[in-house]
Amino acid sequence: METFLNRYRNITVLLLVIFAQLVLLAVQVKNDQDVRMIRVWTVTAVTPVARMIEWLRGGSSGLVHDYVVLRDTHEQNVKLRAEMDRLKLENIFLRNELNTADRAKALAVFQAHTPSKTLAARVIGTAAGTNSKVVFVDRGSASGVQRGMAVVTPDGIVGKVIAAYPTASQVMLITDPDFAAGVVSQPGQVRGTLKGQGTPLCKVDYVGGEEKLQVGDWFYTSGDDRIFPRGFPVGVIKAIHPGHPFQEIYVEPAGLQRGMDDALILLEGVHQEIPKEPVASQPVYIAPALAPPADTQARVQPSAGTEADKLRAQYKALGDAQGHKFGEGLPGAKPPDFNLKLPPAGTPAVPGLSGTTKPATMAPAVRKPPAPPSGSVPATQPASEKPPATQSPAPTPAKPPAPAAGTAPATQPASEKPPAAQSPAPSQPPVAPDGTAQRPNSQ
Amino acid sequence: MSYTGSERILLNSQREGQVSRFRVWVMLVVPLAAILFQVYVPLFFQFLGFVEMPLLVVVYFALMRRNQVHGLLVGALVGLAQDSLSKNPLGMFGIVNTLVGYFSASVGVRFDVDNWVIRLLLAFFFFAFHQSFYWVMARALLAQQMAFEVRQMLLIGLLNAAVGVALFHFLDRLRESA
Repeated sequence: METFLNRYRNITVLLLVIFAQLVLLAVQVKNDQDVRMIRVWTVTAVTPVARMIEWLRGGSSGLVHDYVVLRDTHEQNVKLRAEMDRLKLENIFLRNELNTADRAKALAVFQAHTPSKTLAARVIGTAAGTNSKVVFVDRGSASGVQRGMAVVTPDGIVGKVIAAYPTASQVMLITDPDFAAGVVSQPGQVRGTLKGQGTPLCKVDYVGGEEKLQVGDWFYTSGDDRIFPRGFPVGVIKAIHPGHPFQEIYVEPAGLQRGMDDALILLEGVHQEIPKEPVASQPVYIAPALAPPADTQARVQPSAGTEADKLRAQYKALGDAQGHKFGEGLPGAKPPDFNLKLPPAGTPAVPGLSGTTKPATMAPAVRKPPAPPSGSVPATQPASEKPPATQSPAPTPAKPPAPAAGTAPATQPASEKPPAAQSPAPSQPPVAPDGTAQRPNSQ
Repeated sequence: MSYTGSERILLNSQREGQVSRFRVWVMLVVPLAAILFQVYVPLFFQFLGFVEMPLLVVVYFALMRRNQVHGLLVGALVGLAQDSLSKNPLGMFGIVNTLVGYFSASVGVRFDVDNWVIRLLLAFFFFAFHQSFYWVMARALLAQQMAFEVRQMLLIGLLNAAVGVALFHFLDRLRESA
């Protein structure tokens, strides 16, 4: 080394002195971008070297890490798989939350537009039993829920309340083997009895072998069972097995197709029109409220509902005519005269008996409704509580309602439908035995 | 010192060259006087502004000392002092004069620097080198667009060489006798 320095001493000193003066020069001089040359030179000299060093380091490190040292790979793989599984579950949970939000929105829309008085409820548990199709909802008798009330969703009926506790209710689903409901097909107006099978499909019994039905036809509630108002979707026919005297018809319930996290309990059911078109083929459309013409209101009369409804209405009219209030008399008190001859409908002598004033709703509609519990939405005011001038009689929409999946298949409230488009069901008589106009497509 | 300019120009070996020695005050005062001359004399005699007195002093000391390190150090110091008195950044004249001192010392080893013709040629050559290299550095490092008149440079180079021969002859009197 010493020899080397001695040999090249002069040139070394020259280079050092030149370099020192270059540094001195670079400290003072700035380039056109006002950056000192010492910085420019330093960066220019250092960055390529640093880049090369980093390239070598990264390459060596990557080579060692990727090909030589694989010690933690398995552990990382396991951890990443666990993380991926967790994210998948989280994704499913979020999808369910979103689906729940959609259902809740559809439920709210349905609740706001259905003429029935409903109460929103959430499923909080299921009952014991392997074949049992019973769930618990978070609304009970404290909220006005009573045994026998129908439970529906915007897609269709889902069950009925079989027990009402103060804070919860037990709902038998439509698929339970003990479930039964009166149904009517559309088109065809073929009546039958829907029964649960304990399977996803339900069976419609008591449909004669001569009835013309085909796969794809819809069943709606007929209102004959006094639980489900008429016009709620039940399901679509998936299979038909000819038989004698009855066919075997299997129906896929529409109300349970998207699960049942939320549902509506019908506190006061109102009959609806049975749609003429399949629910699934109709777009989502909820028409605004239409005011019927004034001159037609008097001619439109509400239907009396089922035979029991008619009988109840008749008895109430008799009681009103004689000033008797049912349920208030003491035991042994004089009952009203049920053989009293009442004037025909339309005669103003006995207010409350004509079709324009007589309520045409189900039984809950004529009795005093319970106080609306929290969360319930009174869809329409019961017909018996409306003033005669504005009461709307027989609701028949100009266009059949178009319920679709996720929407309310309900028709417009009775007071909002013009009578010109009334279309009575072919299976229903045009005139009720009590003289009131029987409009099967309306309440 | 038995050489005569008419006899030999190149030395056969480095040992044939005799290293001239100067007193310390000479090594300090002469460069300083050269710088002061370049600074003050042109103020009063503008026609003497062409004389590159510091450069000639560096060449002389490097040639006579025949030591490259000594020559470059003298050149660096004189150049930096020259930079200090100029508007240029420090190092411009320093680098140029460093190279001039180094190369002068290198040449002085091979040539008979007591020959006046050699001195004239070397003075001219190093003046041209000094001017050219400074022009290159000014363009490269300072991005200055300096004019480079070759004819003027050659003419001034000749004048400086002539001044250099006279200066060298004067400075020979300040050498220590062997």
